[in-house]
Amino acid sequence: MNTSEVKGRSLWSDARRRFFQNKAAVAGLIALTLIVLISFIGPFFAVWSNETIDWDVMGSAATLGQPSFASGHYFGTDDLGRDLYSRVLQGTRVSLMVGVIGAGISVLVGTIYGTVAGYVGGRTDQIMMRIVDILMSIPFMFVIILLLVVFGRSIGMLFLGIGLLSWLDMSRIVRGQTLTLKNKEFVEAARATGVSTTTIIRRHIIPNLLGIVAIYATLLVPAMILTESFISFLGLGVQEPLTSWGALISEGAGTIRYDTEWQLIAPLIFFVITLFSFFFIGDGLRDALDPKDR
Amino acid sequence: MNILEVKNLSVTFDTPDGDVHAVKDVSFKLWEGKTLAIVGESGSGKSQSAFAMLGLLPKNGHAAGSVKYMGNEILNLPEAEMNKYRANEIAMIFQDPMTSLNPYMRISKQLTEVLIHHKGMSKREALGESIRMLDAVQIPDAANRVHMYPHEFSGGMRQRVMIAMSLLCGPKLLIADEPTTALDVTVQAEIMDLLIDLQEDFGMAIILITHDMGIVAGTCEDTLVMFGGNVMEYRPTIDLFENPQHPYTKGLLEAVPRLDVDVQTLSTVSYDFLEGGKK
Amino acid sequence: MSEPILSVRDMKVWFDVRDDEAGGIFPKTKKLKAVDGVSFDLMPGETLGIVGESGCGKSTLARSIIRLVKATSGEAIWMGRDLLKLSDADMLAVRKDIQMIFQDPLASLNPRMTCGEIIAEPLKTHFKGMGKAERREKVSMMLEKVGMDPAQINRYPHEFSGGQCQRIGIARALITNPKLIICDEPVSALDVSVQAQVVNLLMGLQEELGISLLFIAHDLSVVKHISDRIMVLYFGNVVEIGTAQQVIEDPQHEYTQKLIASVPIPDPRKEMERREIRRAKRAAS
Repeated sequence: MNTSEVKGRSLWSDARRRFFQNKAAVAGLIALTLIVLISFIGPFFAVWSNETIDWDVMGSAATLGQPSFASGHYFGTDDLGRDLYSRVLQGTRVSLMVGVIGAGISVLVGTIYGTVAGYVGGRTDQIMMRIVDILMSIPFMFVIILLLVVFGRSIGMLFLGIGLLSWLDMSRIVRGQTLTLKNKEFVEAARATGVSTTTIIRRHIIPNLLGIVAIYATLLVPAMILTESFISFLGLGVQEPLTSWGALISEGAGTIRYDTEWQLIAPLIFFVITLFSFFFIGDGLRDALDPKDR
Repeated sequence: MNILEVKNLSVTFDTPDGDVHAVKDVSFKLWEGKTLAIVGESGSGKSQSAFAMLGLLPKNGHAAGSVKYMGNEILNLPEAEMNKYRANEIAMIFQDPMTSLNPYMRISKQLTEVLIHHKGMSKREALGESIRMLDAVQIPDAANRVHMYPHEFSGGMRQRVMIAMSLLCGPKLLIADEPTTALDVTVQAEIMDLLIDLQEDFGMAIILITHDMGIVAGTCEDTLVMFGGNVMEYRPTIDLFENPQHPYTKGLLEAVPRLDVDVQTLSTVSYDFLEGGKK
Repeated sequence: MSEPILSVRDMKVWFDVRDDEAGGIFPKTKKLKAVDGVSFDLMPGETLGIVGESGCGKSTLARSIIRLVKATSGEAIWMGRDLLKLSDADMLAVRKDIQMIFQDPLASLNPRMTCGEIIAEPLKTHFKGMGKAERREKVSMMLEKVGMDPAQINRYPHEFSGGQCQRIGIARALITNPKLIICDEPVSALDVSVQAQVVNLLMGLQEELGISLLFIAHDLSVVKHISDRIMVLYFGNVVEIGTAQQVIEDPQHEYTQKLIASVPIPDPRKEMERREIRRAKRAAS
């Protein structure tokens, strides 16, 4: 009797179809994929490592350090004569990692924290959300800067700082969604049947939250990248010889009056393309996943 | 005379999945001071026909055909000209009164604004007239209640306010789109009775859009039954109920459980009249 | 006559709500007596209709019986045991026998689950040892029973019409072979033609399986059609309870009379008459 079962069309496959109809979002996705690929494959084509100083160029970066295929410095060099191509690729990896890990922490911690607070409700919810309020009221930039100054500049510290703050907004959004979801009749139906609380959260609440979480997470990645860039721009981010977009842009901006505009432009192009891609993807996801705007 | 004459009204929506014909070739006439019911289930196109007449279709909707109000063509008029007809000549009330009432404004302000804007009354005159109108829709203690906010009224009272607002400018035609669907039965009876009483007092024509055959029976001279955008049957209400001609009307009437009749099993609507036999 | 399957005694559900009229900086609360001392018996295989207008407490009453809402006081005796005093584990066992059908057909189904997963959920909860194949078999049978094509088992709720969604809801309620189904306005969101189909389905299934029904609705005509007895609620209190015929044809309480007088009847001549009677009554009061 099961010979001719009709295949269902889930909301996810509907959303996927809508997403791929959105040209801007698809363009964003392609651009982002390219940037990720370049940042990982690109180093194999590099002539210079990101740490090596080209002693010929050092001191006269404005003239000898220009982008050129002949010298192997495709994007030119920085002020110290280090290869900008390698440095940009390496910075891309760091910046993307900061963004993805920050967003990842926020998705994981924020979703769980928010669903529990929203679903359990009552006093638990009150206490959990007041904790979020308190954490939010701390000027996080100040805390991160303090952390970096006291414990020294390191990528680990940066992740810790960004991770500490990134999940707060997410938990609030998720909690709000959970509150509306938990009064839906299908959750009531599950409760009436005797489905346990953890199963309800896992089976009924979280799958219905994922849409909004996905949208918010894609918008959070560029926010994290921006935060990291800002910190690096202040000179507190990742430690040399490692670098990131923020640090590169900061250096490039600092030396622009010596006619070395490529030092600014190269990291900036990566930075801007990535941010736009994420925003377009986020927009596309929202249009695709939010059934209200259909 | 004819207050409204609708001929071959069609409504089409552009959607990503192609054109959807929501209303096909609907024609009817409405005499001054009379009541017409447009009955149908969800998706029958009953509300869309009314929206089309008033130029209230969403951007992707197109209306074709002819709608003549007192002999003048009003279908697809430019917004500015249509606005002259709305409120002054033709008013509309909706299922959910909150969609038409501003929750942040006192009722008094919302009512007087209409009068000041459309009738050029002074503030004081307008307030007096508003209170008179709230009295007419039987809101107790109207002189004080006029200063309340919409959320301070119950659902039924809100619908009364909505009716009062729609009648302020003395329209000759009132289009009521499911005006009692969101209300309790006892309140529904009160509101429907009120509408009929008001019709007698003010002499306006009413188009009542509803899914409830019971409401139609008590209020309307003529009834138009719609299904899938098409008119199934259009006749005087008494004839239609006592001797339904179309199988769909018949099915609809028999599918409703009735307080005054006992049946073992409800009969269900058969769609045999459609080509292919399926809904 | 046999023993009642469910006896509700003096059920009270009071909520704390904010008192907007009381002044002061801190919000004061007042008691909202949603259900205020309701008692009734339900016999095996019987349908008890619960009617009342919005806010009369009919849904809250039903939910308090199966502890979706906490009752303030009272008893709900189910086969000799008070449901309100059972431990969570004992209550879980009872939930297999008491199922519920909801008002909004689409909202009562999880949009991310297939129709098969939705119907199987009570089985997963109560028959943990049941194998996947057996579950699927049962779900398919149940789909057929509620008049749907088992081939649709992998479809999602949004791919079905309102009436079909309600059938899925009914299938989910029936799959554990319950003894009582609480129907909370199961047809009020449906079109007339679909409503008739669902009512017929419910009545047919009840006859076949001998289940008891608590049928909550605001539409007196539907309640009268489906119920053996009718209970009328008004502001959390029972104003009248009796056989369907008694309540409709010879209502004792003033509120019941008003309710019946307000229900529109699809008969123009009768309806005009009734309006005149209502008008005369209003003029008199």
